[in-house]
Amino acid sequence: MGFLWFWMVAVMLVAYVVLDGFDLGVGMLHLFLARTEQERQILVRSIGPVWDGNEVWLLATGGTLYFAFPLLYASAFSGFYLALMIVLWLLILRGVSVELRTHMNVTVWRSFFDGVFVFASALLAIFYGAALANVIRGVPLHEDGYFFLPLWTNWRTGAQPGILDWYTVIGGVLALVALAVHGALYLAVKTESDLQDRSRTLAQRLWVLLLVLTIVSLPASMIVRSDTLANYRAYPVAFLVPVAVLLALLGITHFSRKGDDVKAFACSCAYLTMMLVGAVFGLYPRLLPATTGSQYDITIAKALSGPYSLHVGLIWWAFGMCLAFIYFFIVYRMFRGKVSLDGEGYGH
Amino acid sequence: MDALLLHRIHFAFTITFHYLFPQLTMGLALLIVVFKTIALRSGNELYHQAARFWARIFAINFLIGVVTGIPMEFQFGTNWSQFARITGGVIGQPLAMEGVFSFFLESTFLGLFLFAEKRLSPWQHWASAFLVFVGSWISGFFIIVTNAWMQHPVAYRVLPNGAFEVTSFWGLLTNPWALLEYAHNMSGAVITGAFVMCAVGAFYVLEDHFLEYGKIFLRVGVIAGVIACITQIFPTGDLHGKYLAKHQPAAVAAMEGLFTSQAGAPIVLMGQPNIEQQTIDNPIAVNDVLSFLIYGTTKAEVEGLDKVPRDQWPEPMILLFYSYHIMAGLGTYFVLIMAIAAFLLWRGRLFHARWALWPLLLSFPLPYVANTAGWMTAEIGRQPWVVYGLIRTSQGYSKYVSSGNSLFTLLGFMGLYTLLSILFVVLVYRIIESGPAPAPAADVAQKVTA
Repeated sequence: MGFLWFWMVAVMLVAYVVLDGFDLGVGMLHLFLARTEQERQILVRSIGPVWDGNEVWLLATGGTLYFAFPLLYASAFSGFYLALMIVLWLLILRGVSVELRTHMNVTVWRSFFDGVFVFASALLAIFYGAALANVIRGVPLHEDGYFFLPLWTNWRTGAQPGILDWYTVIGGVLALVALAVHGALYLAVKTESDLQDRSRTLAQRLWVLLLVLTIVSLPASMIVRSDTLANYRAYPVAFLVPVAVLLALLGITHFSRKGDDVKAFACSCAYLTMMLVGAVFGLYPRLLPATTGSQYDITIAKALSGPYSLHVGLIWWAFGMCLAFIYFFIVYRMFRGKVSLDGEGYGH
Repeated sequence: MDALLLHRIHFAFTITFHYLFPQLTMGLALLIVVFKTIALRSGNELYHQAARFWARIFAINFLIGVVTGIPMEFQFGTNWSQFARITGGVIGQPLAMEGVFSFFLESTFLGLFLFAEKRLSPWQHWASAFLVFVGSWISGFFIIVTNAWMQHPVAYRVLPNGAFEVTSFWGLLTNPWALLEYAHNMSGAVITGAFVMCAVGAFYVLEDHFLEYGKIFLRVGVIAGVIACITQIFPTGDLHGKYLAKHQPAAVAAMEGLFTSQAGAPIVLMGQPNIEQQTIDNPIAVNDVLSFLIYGTTKAEVEGLDKVPRDQWPEPMILLFYSYHIMAGLGTYFVLIMAIAAFLLWRGRLFHARWALWPLLLSFPLPYVANTAGWMTAEIGRQPWVVYGLIRTSQGYSKYVSSGNSLFTLLGFMGLYTLLSILFVVLVYRIIESGPAPAPAADVAQKVTA
């Protein structure tokens, strides 16, 4: 049961990163890719009808995590208190700026909201990357299953790290670049002519950086946690995951250069998925490792909810996911194809 | 300042601000469906335009509701981690279901409703509006189930590690408290929607601008309002009050300011509780009414605060007393004003009765006050428990999150929410001022008859 819920939450997390990932990417790039107000509107409209639904995956993942692993939810959310609060503020700023920019008929305020949108999207990506890196590195858990981390201490990993240290900053930058590439590839799918060319070029340039950071991240993880590869050594077939990461990376640049944007974007989805699967696989069966000694690790067994709840949950979860899949199918079908400014919507 | 108090204010502030928006979302979602239904059946373009107009306000309101709602789910973990840890197996369930069953539905079909009217058939567009309504009302239900379990825990057992688990899924969802609370809460949301709609309608009629729309808004708003205002008191408020008296007698005693148990207990309409002397100053009271309201007989004995150990008083008791009285007083006023407006509407005089339009225009903030006061009554009434009778609030907060950190983020939220309020007011007022788009000439010809 624990195994099942572990991977169910992981699937939801992957869905969140892949889906909200591209609108975060569009958010951080739109100011630099668009040259006119009209182009900017096209970029914003490319995510207009979907960003909110994408973000729901975060809430649904959070809710499911709370339900299936209450101890993890309680411990991690209170322990990363300040970082999470900042994430909340950024989510607020981002949602408000993307929706309200279109309600502003004064250039000054539009520019202001554009700036806020870029700022919030970029910082969110960094925080998400840092968050994942924090989980991989581990936190100083107390005996009672709780901890509290300040935002930073001395920027070193070790027994008493901060939320930001050299390793988690690498994670943050990696996420920033990965989602920027992801967003640019999405835009290449959704736009035409000039805008499309610029999106492709940007994606290809950032790709080099992404390759370097991805390659750096593996030894960095091994420095921070010597047992990173333990699960991989136990199940060597899992080494296919890093291979898949590399193939997906190569696929991105290959298809993007050929002008096959849909396949390039699909490779980017695969890249993000495989990176997460790789990280999660390395953790299993831990949910949150301790830097204070492995006896304090929060494991699946320690954090799992009661059996009855989880059985019932299985039924509605499967049903709910089918519904969600149908909704997303409808929306993405309805808004398929290139974005145009045909004046549709209520003054949006 | 101690950490417990700060964590309480943190949650109270963010939830109070948040709920200003969903109450209009849920109320308005229903009224937009009404417009779309009339438009679909009659083919009258005015009602399509009316729906489009309210959709613009709805979109902004929904957005602020969404962005201020995310912190609510997070705060169970961030600020109330001890509570989250032991109750996750129970209330994590409705919270996760809200995300899975409601938010996906709402966000998907709101996207279609707002962005895709031209790509959808009229019937499909109606269906999008309807599903947004369903989504928002399901969302309300799961939140109420969560709250109802904290008010009146049912269908649970305690696991060996001290955590709670559900023993019956349906038992949790059909908690009698949840059903009563849901009915009362949703009718409260419709009241907010109705008053806001009436205010905009009254504004247009008094201003003699967008007159056709003003009349439509008033008609729909008043009819919905009078139904919801009556439902709010009877049966939902009445039944909820009786259930409350049975299961949380301490809360009722504090709400009513009843310091000593007595037969033929009076209802205090107004007054100031004097805790030191255990009396009500300047009371305006009616004898026997409280006994009658709770037990249906004027002579029944009602338990007072003297039966409640001092460490189990709902604190702050005086705030509870005022919250309850503000809610009940405003609820009475709502029935009165909506009944008068409905009468005038029926007699065909409402649109000329300026003396009635003015209060309709100015009353729209009051349902917000009443809904907030109602929730404060419920939440303070539950104290000192976070889960009634099982977990004290003082055992629920995150013990490793210091008061300094809590105040830091509380101030951050206050600043950010101030900005959101300003933006919201400016943008919505601008939409109201610029008004609905004029209907095509052909349709104006078949004006609604007033």
